Amino acid sequence: MATMPAVESADLRPALRILDEMSPVTASDTIPLLQRLQEAYGYLPREVVLEVSQRTGLPASRLFGVATFYAQFYLTPRGRHLVRCCRGTACHVRGGKNVISTAEKVLGIRDGETSSDMSFSLETVACLGACALSPVAVVDGRYLGKTTPARLEHVLRTMREEAAGPAENREEST
Amino acid sequence: MSQFTLTLDGREVTASEGQTILQAALANNVVIPHLCYDPRLTPTGACRLCLVEIEGEPAMATSCTRLALPGMVVRTNTEALRASRKMTLEFLMSEHRMACTSCEADGDCLLQDYVYEYGAAERRFPSLARSEAEGSYTVGHEGIVYDPSKCVRCQRCVKICAEVSMNEAITLKGRTMDVEVSTAYDLPLNESSCELCGLCVSTCPTGALRERGAIGRGRAKDLTKVRTTCPYCGVGCQFDLCVNRKTNRIVRVTAEPGCVPNDGNTCVKGRFGFQFVASPERLTKPLIRENGALREATWEEAINLAGRRLAEIRDKYGPDALAFLSSCRCPNEENYLMQKIARAAGKTNNVDQCATTCHAPTVAGLASAFGSGAMTNSIGEIQKVQTLFVIGANPTEAHPIVGLEMKKALRNGAKLIVCDPRKTWLARRADLHIQHAAGTDNFLVNAMMNHIIAQGLHDQKFVAERCENFDAFRENLARYSLDEAARICGVPADKIRLAAEMYAQGTPSSIFYTLGITEHTCGTENVQNMANLAMLCGQIGKPSSGVNPLRGQNNVQGGCDMGAIHSVFPGYQKVSDPAVREKFAKAWGVEIPTNTGGRVTDFLEEAHAGKLKAFYVLGEDPVLSEPNQTKVIESLKKLEFMVVQEIFLTETAKLADVVLPGACYAEKDGTFTNTERRVQRVRKAVDPPGDARPDWQIICDVSTAMGYPMNYRHPSEIFAELASLTPILAGISYERIEKQGLQWPCPTPDHPGTVFLHDGRFTRGKGLMHVIHFRQPAEVPDRDYPFMLSTGRTLFHYNIGNMTRKSAAIRQKEDENFVEIHAEDARRLGITAGGMVRVTTRRGSLAVRARVAEKVRPGALWMPFHFAENSTNQLTNDAFDNITRTGEYKCCAARLEKIESPVA
Ligand code: SF4
Ligand code: SF4
Ligand code: SF4
Ligand code: FES
Ligand code: FES
Repeated sequence: MATMPAVESADLRPALRILDEMSPVTASDTIPLLQRLQEAYGYLPREVVLEVSQRTGLPASRLFGVATFYAQFYLTPRGRHLVRCCRGTACHVRGGKNVISTAEKVLGIRDGETSSDMSFSLETVACLGACALSPVAVVDGRYLGKTTPARLEHVLRTMREEAAGPAENREEST
Repeated sequence: MSQFTLTLDGREVTASEGQTILQAALANNVVIPHLCYDPRLTPTGACRLCLVEIEGEPAMATSCTRLALPGMVVRTNTEALRASRKMTLEFLMSEHRMACTSCEADGDCLLQDYVYEYGAAERRFPSLARSEAEGSYTVGHEGIVYDPSKCVRCQRCVKICAEVSMNEAITLKGRTMDVEVSTAYDLPLNESSCELCGLCVSTCPTGALRERGAIGRGRAKDLTKVRTTCPYCGVGCQFDLCVNRKTNRIVRVTAEPGCVPNDGNTCVKGRFGFQFVASPERLTKPLIRENGALREATWEEAINLAGRRLAEIRDKYGPDALAFLSSCRCPNEENYLMQKIARAAGKTNNVDQCATTCHAPTVAGLASAFGSGAMTNSIGEIQKVQTLFVIGANPTEAHPIVGLEMKKALRNGAKLIVCDPRKTWLARRADLHIQHAAGTDNFLVNAMMNHIIAQGLHDQKFVAERCENFDAFRENLARYSLDEAARICGVPADKIRLAAEMYAQGTPSSIFYTLGITEHTCGTENVQNMANLAMLCGQIGKPSSGVNPLRGQNNVQGGCDMGAIHSVFPGYQKVSDPAVREKFAKAWGVEIPTNTGGRVTDFLEEAHAGKLKAFYVLGEDPVLSEPNQTKVIESLKKLEFMVVQEIFLTETAKLADVVLPGACYAEKDGTFTNTERRVQRVRKAVDPPGDARPDWQIICDVSTAMGYPMNYRHPSEIFAELASLTPILAGISYERIEKQGLQWPCPTPDHPGTVFLHDGRFTRGKGLMHVIHFRQPAEVPDRDYPFMLSTGRTLFHYNIGNMTRKSAAIRQKEDENFVEIHAEDARRLGITAGGMVRVTTRRGSLAVRARVAEKVRPGALWMPFHFAENSTNQLTNDAFDNITRTGEYKCCAARLEKIESPVA
């Protein structure tokens, strides 16, 4: 699920290309349109959505309403890696809480936040649908079942070191 | 609509087809609680309070979403239902920040009412209510406040913004417990597509959405509602002024769904434009000029001076030295008195009102074609029109409620043709937008009609039976080919062809126009051509089909009806007709003057020439409203004596010798006649400020001081007098219009009023088809002045702005003059959006901010006329319609320059 912020939010070209490909865009295209924009930008930047609204005549408020209704859409930039920890009942009773606090400690961010270097976003989820494997965490779409705090810490630290290496995708931290 | 019966709580009641169970119940006084229902909206079924039991169905059903059917047996108030509603309310309470003691909506809140009625416990469930915090989209907004902690998420505000106003400024954001109302990305409301209509506030069933200006000024129990007519545009919306008697202040404006003509809706001006009433700038004392300056005076002094000087000048120089300018802002009764004082006391037919500035060509043009110069159909008929032909009109801004009805028609599947040099809201959604060059309307319409005849699409039977002069008319059209029209108008020939075919075939078709048609040197001819088009296609004289000028000011229809026109008495009875003169002479006990009289534009020229010596101006500001301001001021300064009766010290009042402080619409009784000929009541809600007095009383006193006594105890007496002298109004009285206005012609007390005109027969007998030749505007762009400048109205302001600009909410939205420029021109001249530019014409020059878009055509400029300090009429051309002397506000040649080194 995690996507790379492929382009700067102010760059309208990808959005225009998408509109072009989907033309004519009508109200029934709202969700696929938002999905493709999010694929291109990693989230739904304000300038992009307002411009898309201007060009398609789809009211910005409607696009925004849909975007905030579905959990799959993000209104703020996401980190390059997405860490999701379960806080559902099954996971909770098997120590899910410690898993969450470990992630928070290692990444230095809280639920719903993105690290300032844009490398990680952390989310908690009500149930990941894999209660048999509880406690569960999902890192960039990879399920870590029966996670212990130590295991998660190892995985996250490894990812962070890799990220710190010379990677073309690295951005200056702000 | 067919009727049937069903059983509600054991009682047999009648319902009509299409009604929901809830609607049928409410219509029969069975009250089912309903938080998310509004008759103007499609139902959501969100609140689940309106549950009922339907016999034969196992589960309870939401009555707002279920159609009533014949024979249905419905229970609305069983134990089980009451328990369910109580529980629903208790859940709502757990999410609601209960603060009735300090809430603005106390006593005006459905949630509060239901909780009380059902004895719901405030704390049955643990409170999940948010803490008090304003929704971010209204923070700092002067008009509207949103409090999410009081929001029950019924969606009414969101739906009314989407379905009725069609602005879609707001939405529900988030999901489950976190849902709240907001704009896209929480933008400040004024940066969204919001048009400030206030419909969201009006529909909110709780205290979650309120007017900011009303906060702390009184709650339901402190307020008295006074039903009256909006003082702004010609739609004539009915609404209630909610008045706090303790403070003598209007607190808010509300309107009732179901009322005619606006169904509970208003636009921004009606909703937020009332602060001028209590403005400290109101005139409170009479003023007299002494040693060059205005000083305060007593009423006696002022009236005596006015009466004496007017009489002196009348006697010394004769009837043409005196002129009276009445006001379409004022009620019928006062307009009647103004033409009466002019003719009976002033002994002159020199009386006019502001229609000369806008719709005089309508009155003249339609009268010559049909015999009656008014909107042929009703606002309520618009939603059934099949093809809307909108030309030179921008109803969503200038007549917003007509705009809403057109939006309804579009939702019902109507086709829309818009002919406008600008890309207006409707133009952007039109099936066909003809963006012709300003001033080429007649070429366009002639070519359309030529094509219609060539294709045999005209209504030959209608033309043969009901019209005259067809042959000459037809012969003239031959010169107007589609290709030539395409060249002159700057529009593809195909579009013109299509427009012609759509209009001719899309029955019922209806024409709507405003000042884009009239404010030209060929204004009357333009109007006659509208009549031609309708007659040619037989699209007139039937429901939802006709020629519909949308009148600009609240009472411009009434001002004309009252005979504040040099050539006619009330009801368009001709002064030139001796029998009519005789009738009025007898009624008024005077001899009726026979001088020709003139229009306001003539008055100004005569003043300039030194022939007009005295001028009595009621509620008008010609300095700001007439074209070529500099010359207007020169003319007025040459007068020997000028009386201005006003509510503010306007630019014209500053030049007066006597200023008489009048009362505004909220401070007196009377009637306005709206654009669909409906005579409606205006009612007193608050007292006038200081010594200001109702204008009808002032006119009476001046007349008496001039030697012609006038005496009435109440405006209803004036109305009774004028109705008795005016056949088209003879059947109307205050009693009959107490609840709902009546549309003239209404000749007898049992006549129901007239919904549409010319049914089966034109007022003048046969409809007269005019031969119209295309003429260029008086001024066309050239090397030195390469742009074509038009002027017009914005949604937010009214005329010279001195009423709307007193409203904080409106000021915050728009408070500065601007010029619209096409992006291409802007690029070429290096002009950026929001940058300062200089617009210059042969008459004047103004520095204003640029709005760069693609709303106007390349080579065109557009400016509003609402801003006195930077008045656009310094630029406009004092060239006039050849027949009615209406100024050509829509066309003048202009030059545009970027102003370098912009001031920060
Ligand atoms: S004021 Fe009118 S346009 Fe603005 S949000 Fe409310 S309903 Fe929508
Ligand atoms: S603000 Fe009012 S109208 Fe809008 S959802 Fe909330 S309670 Fe309903
Ligand atoms: S200005 Fe016109 S549309 Fe707006 S509320 Fe008043 S009458 Fe209605
Ligand atoms: S509770 Fe964690 S996966 Fe279901
Ligand atoms: S009124 Fe029917 S569900 Fe709200």
